[in-house]
Amino acid sequence: MARPRSTPTKKPPTKRPAGAKPVQDSAAGLPGGLTTDDLVDYYKKMVMVRLVDERIWALNRQGKVPIAASCQGHEAAQLGSLLAAEKDGNCFLFPYYRDLAVKMSAGLTAEQVMLSFMGKEGEPYSNARQFPLQGADLPNKVIQISNVVAAGLTQSVGYALACTMLGDHTVVLVYFGDGASSQGETHEAMNFAGVHRLPVIFICENNGYAISVPQRRQMNLDDLASRAAGYGFPGFVVDGMDLVQCYEATHHAISHARQQGPVLLEMKVDRFMPHTTDDDDRRYRPKGEVEEARKRDPVVTMAEDLVHRGIITRKQVEEIAALALREVDAATDAADAASPPGASSLHEMVYVP
Amino acid sequence: MAVVSVIEAVREAIREEMRRDSNVFVLGEDVGQRGGVFLATQGLLEEFGGERVIDTPLAEAAIMGIALGAAYRGMRPIPEVQFSDFVWPAVNQLIGEAARVCYGTHGSLNVPMVVRIPYGGGIRGGLFHSQNVEAMFFHTPGLKVIAPATPFDAKGLLKSAIRDNNPVISLEHKKTYRLVRGEVPEDEYTLPIGKADIKRPGESITTVSYGLMLHYCLEAAEQVSQEGIDVEVVDLRTLKPLDKETVVESVKKTGRLLIVHEDNITGGVGAEVAAVAAAEAFEFLDAPIARLCGPDVPTMPFAETLESAYMPSTETVAVALRNLAAY
Ligand SMILES: Cc1ncc(C[n+]2csc(CCOP(=O)(O)OP(=O)(O)O)c2C)c(N)n1
Ligand SMILES: [Mg+2]
Repeated sequence: MARPRSTPTKKPPTKRPAGAKPVQDSAAGLPGGLTTDDLVDYYKKMVMVRLVDERIWALNRQGKVPIAASCQGHEAAQLGSLLAAEKDGNCFLFPYYRDLAVKMSAGLTAEQVMLSFMGKEGEPYSNARQFPLQGADLPNKVIQISNVVAAGLTQSVGYALACTMLGDHTVVLVYFGDGASSQGETHEAMNFAGVHRLPVIFICENNGYAISVPQRRQMNLDDLASRAAGYGFPGFVVDGMDLVQCYEATHHAISHARQQGPVLLEMKVDRFMPHTTDDDDRRYRPKGEVEEARKRDPVVTMAEDLVHRGIITRKQVEEIAALALREVDAATDAADAASPPGASSLHEMVYVP
Repeated sequence: MAVVSVIEAVREAIREEMRRDSNVFVLGEDVGQRGGVFLATQGLLEEFGGERVIDTPLAEAAIMGIALGAAYRGMRPIPEVQFSDFVWPAVNQLIGEAARVCYGTHGSLNVPMVVRIPYGGGIRGGLFHSQNVEAMFFHTPGLKVIAPATPFDAKGLLKSAIRDNNPVISLEHKKTYRLVRGEVPEDEYTLPIGKADIKRPGESITTVSYGLMLHYCLEAAEQVSQEGIDVEVVDLRTLKPLDKETVVESVKKTGRLLIVHEDNITGGVGAEVAAVAAAEAFEFLDAPIARLCGPDVPTMPFAETLESAYMPSTETVAVALRNLAAY
């Protein structure tokens, strides 16, 4: 069963803000505010995330990482939106369990990520009480309390409500899957955000599957973005395999959210790996579907694009990968050598004073 | 000292805390313009405005999730659940999420929120306007649960709950709202969460109860006192954390324990109280621990006969006390 893959029905606004000028020749065609340095920087992040993701999967097979959800195939959506948030400088993130690229690139080192996946002391999100990178990373403005899909959506709306009450102009980005979109709380969150015109961007990473259930069994729709109309705010379909498009859509969504209220961005992505390390996707994915999807692997296409534009050379592409690999190796070793939290901490922090 | 009803005490507690701390706000169904279906928030919209007294869409999971999210940002939300019977759609946000925030972030986040829940029967509310929901919250680490029975306790405990940095479930027995009146000091005061109160000292039997049942215990104690049975009436006031010490000390003194609640008997708060007393005051017991609780049927039914058959009453408490004294 091939997933229904639609062409975007609506495009996000692409108007360049008045006064912004193109950066350099190699940046021709880049949306406003984006520089070639940004692209190189985020390409490096993408390579790093991919290597970490692959390493985690391997460590699972070695029995060192109990569980992982891979973000392979989602990197452009996650990093494109994060780049817009970083440039804005006043965004708060409510990602979900597949958002390794968001959480890591928001400010964690490879070693912190490895500590988290191996359940070691000092892990930044929960001190190893929760699944990897779940809990809160407040220094980097990230909260993801639970695995319960869509539970974070109403919370993110409440966070935005509080920011509005306090007048601090924060924009909240909340991420979720196509599967989570079927939850009642997704509806409740969007409805409330619409009523109060809160500064929230709902980012659906639509990979066409909720574990094994394909989109056509989840919704009678091609484009989930069209649901936004039911809440009285705009929704856009975005090519989630293209970092620049994801950046641009999020960049515009941020200013819209701050001035006029919520936006729904449906980023169409592909899941390259099984649902988690515990899943076997051969039981439900049609033969050849993943191979076909991998032809648009964002790590490869971004490298090609940067080389094509003359922003980096092929040699630099190799150097970036080699450097990242060394860092991932060192991070793996350090986390492997670290200790898990002492059993006596079991009773800590059930309550705060 | 002014004499006020429980609902007035609740309203005053919220009003005072909203005046004291601009981060405190109220949200829920009909809490604004109407002042809540029980009028607990009457007058707050006029005083504090629509930003701090929010009439929400009719969606309990959203009310709770939004309160949580606002608490992450440092606000002190007071979400209202219109009736306990409608808390179920929000249970994931309370038990699944709120209770685990502090533990699941190793303390980097916490939830200063008070969930106000009118609950309980004896008001001809039937299966969906009478429910006792305390056992579920009582069972959940990470939550605190208060269940006051008098205006004085309601005000003092609610103010403490609003200042508490953890999620607190405030169970307000609907039948006490207007029925129970009592003195409340003019001056500012708070009461400690987690401390039971001996509402009537006595020597021969301990009753442990909370909410509406506390009043039935007091009335029954008065009745049997004429027969020479001297009952000590312990009001838990807070269910979680349970004040084991007060219960155990009282049982050690009297040697007899009757637990009374209207919630279903199986797995109720009383089961835990009984276990604590059995474990920590075993040598002092002169009779088996007795429980007078709601039977294991889903909530008190609507028909007068059936509701009365479900609810413990002053009369049934008195009978249980006589039986225990005679053992
Ligand atoms: C409320 C709830 N029900 C079930 C699950 C188990 N579960 C975890 S992920 C998942 C599928 C989610 O799919 P989607 O939202 O599309 O995200 P994706 O994994 O595809 O990125 C399910 C059923 C859960 N975590 N939460
Ligand atoms: Mg999916």
